[in-house]
Amino acid sequence: MALVETVPPPAALVTEKPVGKTPWGRVKPLVLALIVPTLLLAFWHIATTQRWTRLIPTPYEVGEYMIDFAVGGIYDDAFSGTLLTHLIASMSRVYGGFALAALFALPLGLMIGRIPTARMVLDPFLQVMRPIPVTAWLPLSMILFGLGPRSAFALVCLGAFYPILLNTIFGVRSVDPKLFEAASMLGCQGNAQFYKVVLPAALPSIFTGLRLGLGLAWFVIVVGEMTGVPQGLGAVIMDGRTLSRTELVICGMIIIGIAGYLSDRIVVMIGNRLLAWSPTHHG
Amino acid sequence: MAESKTPIIEIKQVSKVFKLQDQTINALHDANISIRKGEFVCLIGASGCGKSTLLRIIAGFEQPTTGDALMWGSPIKGPDPTRGMVFQDYALFPWLSVRDNIAFGPASRGLAKAVVKETVDKFIDLVGLGKFASAYPHQLSGGMKQRVAIARVLANDAEVVLMDEPFGALDAMTRERLQDELLDIWQRTGLTVVFVTHSIEEAIFLADRVVVMTPGPGRIESDNPLLLQRPRDVASPEFNDIRRVMSAKLHSHHGKKAA
Ligand SMILES: Nc1ncnc2c1ncn2[C@@H]1O[C@H](COP(=O)(O)OP(=O)(O)O)[C@@H](O)[C@H]1O
Ligand SMILES: [Mg+2]
Repeated sequence: MALVETVPPPAALVTEKPVGKTPWGRVKPLVLALIVPTLLLAFWHIATTQRWTRLIPTPYEVGEYMIDFAVGGIYDDAFSGTLLTHLIASMSRVYGGFALAALFALPLGLMIGRIPTARMVLDPFLQVMRPIPVTAWLPLSMILFGLGPRSAFALVCLGAFYPILLNTIFGVRSVDPKLFEAASMLGCQGNAQFYKVVLPAALPSIFTGLRLGLGLAWFVIVVGEMTGVPQGLGAVIMDGRTLSRTELVICGMIIIGIAGYLSDRIVVMIGNRLLAWSPTHHG
Repeated sequence: MAESKTPIIEIKQVSKVFKLQDQTINALHDANISIRKGEFVCLIGASGCGKSTLLRIIAGFEQPTTGDALMWGSPIKGPDPTRGMVFQDYALFPWLSVRDNIAFGPASRGLAKAVVKETVDKFIDLVGLGKFASAYPHQLSGGMKQRVAIARVLANDAEVVLMDEPFGALDAMTRERLQDELLDIWQRTGLTVVFVTHSIEEAIFLADRVVVMTPGPGRIESDNPLLLQRPRDVASPEFNDIRRVMSAKLHSHHGKKAA
């Protein structure tokens, strides 16, 4: 038996739907998003065709090279049709390094966030290690892990590590204390609170950390692949530099940008699904 | 029946002192109160007079510095499902749907899935949220959130419901409706309610007894049984007489406002 006859509909349930119904409303975000890239492309085109610089190829040349890089058949050099190989090599390092970073950073972050002693032991050390950039680790990494993929893996892992760690610590530490009281008066006490309160409450922060971590993994891939690996987009860019083939460098950059972007969109989509309950997580 | 003689809640000479770095706060001084099963008790008083502290001691979130807090004659050692708390800011689990928030207690106590479902269905209906069973807290209005908070403690078999200014953040209309609903639930279930409020009117509308508290240090000033018949009419002369008396009691100390 209901005690209420008229319950007002919840605000968010009604207002979310009627956005972007008109055709213009639908394409507007895309149009706005394309303004800056189009201007940049135009500037690039003018700058190179007017010969303001002779060191950078025209957009058309880069486009043509991109096609050759992807499927071959135009220049037929050592890089023709190898895009996929390099992309896959880089992706395996990005996702592998990221997964390894998550494997270390998540439990460590939960521990530091929850256990004061762990925090006192590890926090000062990590605070000192954190400002050291991944580039600075490059030589040491090559000594420790040798020339090649293992080193690349380690550097990517390092790049993804801190955002995951810090956001996990933050998430765990900023759980609303009222929720612990609510849980305990409902009969959920002690360690059970870790799974039923701390983890779900920290999930949005942990997720933000994972997203930033994956972004950074893409960000540092070129440094990671400076370690003398034969394949990978970073390796292609380094080769392009030594061979003075700027079009190759630009192709590599564009592909990293697009791959990183798509990878982030996928993560955001997973987040929207997983964190539908969180009003702040609709990316 | 022995049960009816023992008060469900008994507060005996309870004092609570909070020690901060450079000062000690006497949040509660020598409080005595005894609540029988099924009573509706309102605590009223100016900010800082120890209402929340007293309620939190009954809940088991705080221990008295001196004195005893008892339930059915045994000391209250910590929070327990028999004493459910309804917070002013709801304290719902934002990652759980309405249904799962209400199921949290029964599931934590390890009840069988079928029993949990049946209990939850019953209490979702009781507070009229059937249509919003799968909505998340951020999609609900304040009044609806507070309904979920009430259902959540009722679904967990609470004998005593402790409410700390539960309707303080709601608009006047929602507030009145929830007061009616709460009284209705209370009358049908035989719950014991301890209800903190700032509003004299709310206290007189709801309570069997109004406990007036005064600050500095927080103490119980008077304990006033209300003999007004239910359902009560806020506009009746009797209601207004009582309101005047209560108002005088509240304002006699330090000239503090309580509205
Ligand atoms: N955890 C705490 N630590 C320190 N002081 C507190 C704490 N809780 C309450 N107090 C103090 O105790 C006094 C009574 O507070 P409270 O019980 O919240 O009053 P009320 O609910 O009547 O407004 C206030 O002076 C408040 O600042
Ligand atoms: Mg209070």
